[in-house]
Amino acid sequence: MKKLSNAQIAWRAAQDLPDGAYVNLGIGFPEMIATFKPEGREVTYHTENGILDFGEAPPAGEEDWDLINAGKKAVTLNPGASFFHHADSFAMVRGGHLDVAVLGAYEVAETGDLANWSTGPGSVPAVGGAMDLVHGAKQVWVVTDHVTKKGEPKLLEKCRLPLTGVGCVTTIYTSLAVIDVIDKRFVVREKLPSISIEALQAVTGATLVVGETVGDLNVPEL
Amino acid sequence: MNKIYPGIEEALDGIEDGMSVMIGGFGGAGAPIELIHALVARYKATGSPGRLTVINNNAGNGAIGIAAMIYAGMVAKMVCSFPRSSDPKAFTDKYLAGEIELELVPQGTLAERIRAGGAGIPAFYTPTSFGTDIAKGKPVAEFDGRSYVQERWMKADVALIKAELADRKGNLTFRKAARNFSPLMAMAAKTTIVQASRVVEPGAIDPETVVTPGIFVDRIVEVPNPAQEEALLREGAKS
Repeated sequence: MKKLSNAQIAWRAAQDLPDGAYVNLGIGFPEMIATFKPEGREVTYHTENGILDFGEAPPAGEEDWDLINAGKKAVTLNPGASFFHHADSFAMVRGGHLDVAVLGAYEVAETGDLANWSTGPGSVPAVGGAMDLVHGAKQVWVVTDHVTKKGEPKLLEKCRLPLTGVGCVTTIYTSLAVIDVIDKRFVVREKLPSISIEALQAVTGATLVVGETVGDLNVPEL
Repeated sequence: MNKIYPGIEEALDGIEDGMSVMIGGFGGAGAPIELIHALVARYKATGSPGRLTVINNNAGNGAIGIAAMIYAGMVAKMVCSFPRSSDPKAFTDKYLAGEIELELVPQGTLAERIRAGGAGIPAFYTPTSFGTDIAKGKPVAEFDGRSYVQERWMKADVALIKAELADRKGNLTFRKAARNFSPLMAMAAKTTIVQASRVVEPGAIDPETVVTPGIFVDRIVEVPNPAQEEALLREGAKS
């Protein structure tokens, strides 16, 4: 089955970044979205360790390790950047000031519940800012493969893994489709032209709602 | 009023077994390496201070800073949001062996609990963690149709902070994103101990740019050209 690469998923999510938005991109995969921001749109990135309006990574050898993002990677500043302490940073998060937060996921439920921080007992639990970020941003996007490495659905009626947040996810950009969570249902906005609704449903662990118009998920080769 | 101490040892005086210690920094940015390592050296030489509760966003990286405290055996409990790093072995081994306790706190809740501790607010409600394992056993209340979890303030006996500029009255500035938790911790500890990269005369820091006002600071020691934890790790520092 043809599916999108992570870079392609990030590209698709980036097309929905609104001009003028304040955005927090989670560590790892979601960070790739910044690479694909459409020309002409101004997006201000927030990192929860205390910077607004950071830019790209500096050239190797020019890192300042007091100037890092939440993933502890070195960044640069855009003109107009600001520093602030953690309580202010999370006031921006929980206070509803961010327009979009993008996270990865182990599982997403049709109710909008998200599990992305713990795979259960036997490992060291680590949550960071994820539980804060899912509450407060006006939109919470998830970028993820549509299924697990074993091929099992990640979009479910109910999460099995420990929850990060309840009823928080608004849109899921997967390797096969773009799905909005509306009234506790998965509503298909776009799907790859090469996959049928039936085939998409077969790899999804909850009922998909298909409106009259399902767009084609067209992404360039990257 | 003069909060300047002549040396690190003097500034760290009075930290005892079983105390709670807030340590500024997010990853390597803002970690007060010289203060931490002096405390480790004292523990190795005298066996004290041990059984510490350490509050930081993370739980050490490699074998320096907080990881050195954990390896030395002076930490009984970590309070943090993200006990992982590029090299979390110090904490992970002890945690999985049941030799160190972990209180996992979401990052924004950790910040707000510390702020509340410093601001005299015993408890507050946050949407963070509602419906998750982290909220188990905590009071929940509904406000304007939405559910929130009650969290309590957090205070500490001591805060160890790295600042950029300081004056003898305790006013501080921080360097870039090394600010992170430090202004909050300075408020929430009984004794706030600061290593400043440069001590300047009162008035040399523009009042408009003071980040932490001196009232929150007790002791300052000048540490010029301080080590940076991430830079040390990348240079291959072992301990």
